[in-house]
Amino acid sequence: MKVLVSVKRVIDYNVKVRVKADHSAVDLTNVKMSMNPFCEIAVEEAIRLKEKGVADEVVVVSVGSKSCQETLRTALALGADRAIQVETEDGLDSLSVAKLLAGVAKDEAADLIIMGKQSIDSDNNQTGQMVAALLDYPQATFASEVIVENGEAKVTREIDGGLQTLAITLPAVVTTDLRLNEPRFASLPNIMKAKKKPLDVKTPADFGVEVGSNVSIVSVTPPPERAAGIKVGSVSELVDKLKNEAKVVS
Amino acid sequence: MSILVLAEHDNQSLKPATLNTITAASQIGGDVHLLVAGFECQTVIAQASKVAGVSKVLSADNAVYEHQLAENIAKLVVDVAEGYSHILAPATTTGKNTLPRVAALLDVAQLSDVIKVESADTFVRPIYAGNAIATVKSSDSVKVITVRATGFDAAADEGGDAQTEVLSQVIASEKSRFVSEQLAESDRPELTAASVVISGGRGMGSGDNFKLLDGIADKLGAAIGASRAAVDAGFVPNDLQVGQTGKTVAPDLYIAVGISGAIQHLAGMKDSKVIVAINKDEDAPIFQVADYGLVADLFDAVPELEKSL
Repeated sequence: MKVLVSVKRVIDYNVKVRVKADHSAVDLTNVKMSMNPFCEIAVEEAIRLKEKGVADEVVVVSVGSKSCQETLRTALALGADRAIQVETEDGLDSLSVAKLLAGVAKDEAADLIIMGKQSIDSDNNQTGQMVAALLDYPQATFASEVIVENGEAKVTREIDGGLQTLAITLPAVVTTDLRLNEPRFASLPNIMKAKKKPLDVKTPADFGVEVGSNVSIVSVTPPPERAAGIKVGSVSELVDKLKNEAKVVS
Repeated sequence: MSILVLAEHDNQSLKPATLNTITAASQIGGDVHLLVAGFECQTVIAQASKVAGVSKVLSADNAVYEHQLAENIAKLVVDVAEGYSHILAPATTTGKNTLPRVAALLDVAQLSDVIKVESADTFVRPIYAGNAIATVKSSDSVKVITVRATGFDAAADEGGDAQTEVLSQVIASEKSRFVSEQLAESDRPELTAASVVISGGRGMGSGDNFKLLDGIADKLGAAIGASRAAVDAGFVPNDLQVGQTGKTVAPDLYIAVGISGAIQHLAGMKDSKVIVAINKDEDAPIFQVADYGLVADLFDAVPELEKSL
């Protein structure tokens, strides 16, 4: 079984986000970039499937400028077998990315596509579902457990209010939620080995996809600041404030 | 201009997030139609037809729609999409699961987690976990949008008198099969719909200690939440998580107990009207957003607070 995993290069999880002074975008100059945390979980899950003997090959793909090769090398160091970069400008919209990923999935005849449920920059939570729709594959989003057997994936999903388990026929798309696994760290020898693993560069034309979007950004602003309030000295003072000042407790 | 809203329900009752989504639809302007797809969901259809601002209910009542599987619900929506300028769903796990499939099948973009309607083509949505707010404009022929419930007031669930149109399409889902569901049984309000939320963090020390919050939650009719740190430590299940990677809440009162206030947590609760923080570390960042901060050991303060309410 072949597993395809998509990875996205995003602002590092721990970096404080700043908006550009002209309110055109978030300032990404000289900011640490890393693999999107949900994509890390996706890579980990694919590698575990390979270690269990369920998957034979793990292919990672990223859509973006040359700098995303760094993210692909990270995935290779974690255990993926080979990588594909689809060379485009950065920041394509989800539908364009989905069309490209669907093209790669078809090309590779991937049996299972594992993706992060959302990226922590645009917070869209849509690319996996779109890939599945474009390929007419079933999907299991927000996965917290994935069991692959007999040509199907049994996936437990984190839904509002609890968990849901679905069985989907392969080929299929799975998107990862936080508790699916705890990603490993790459060891130094594996980082060195990753430099020799194959990394192919493709273009949207290879998949017959025209990228573009009908959505434009009007402005990006910082969120309204919340002013700090006061410290209270005791529980009774707190209750008094909540009853008589804020009037949120009767 | 007509707007189609996909109703969120459990075949028995209409979920509150649907009402907030209808308000967003009304702000865009035009006839608002509500699609109820489910199985043996006649009570939901009856509720839907009474919602103020809804002019038509489309009902698709068939066993194939019982579990809201994205594959066939998306095809059903696309099947009835013609003539609609906007298609909306609440940004719940169900809406987020289904609507991007609709957008892709219609070959248009989706705008996720919209918190404000500027005009019929311009919308506001948080990005970077709410650390930046983007205003976006779409020229797509049909705008596909998920709506964050906390950004809009709920439409009145009484006063409407919508006609019902029964849809005959039966679209089976052959590649996806429902196996089971484990829903947390709770008498408490749903986290995202509660007017009071009390959340515990790593400072709670253990899952057992979360019981300390029950008394206050009972007295205030509050939902119980948690920080990611408490979830990661295994104290409570993930569906209680408030934050960037969990749920976004904006109650009238939010009480953070033993929560330091990581950016990731603040992203999920900083739009609450009144925030109370109880933490023994006076330098905890949570105090920078709290209206009322109490520097105290939660194991003393929480029982005392419970008694004085």
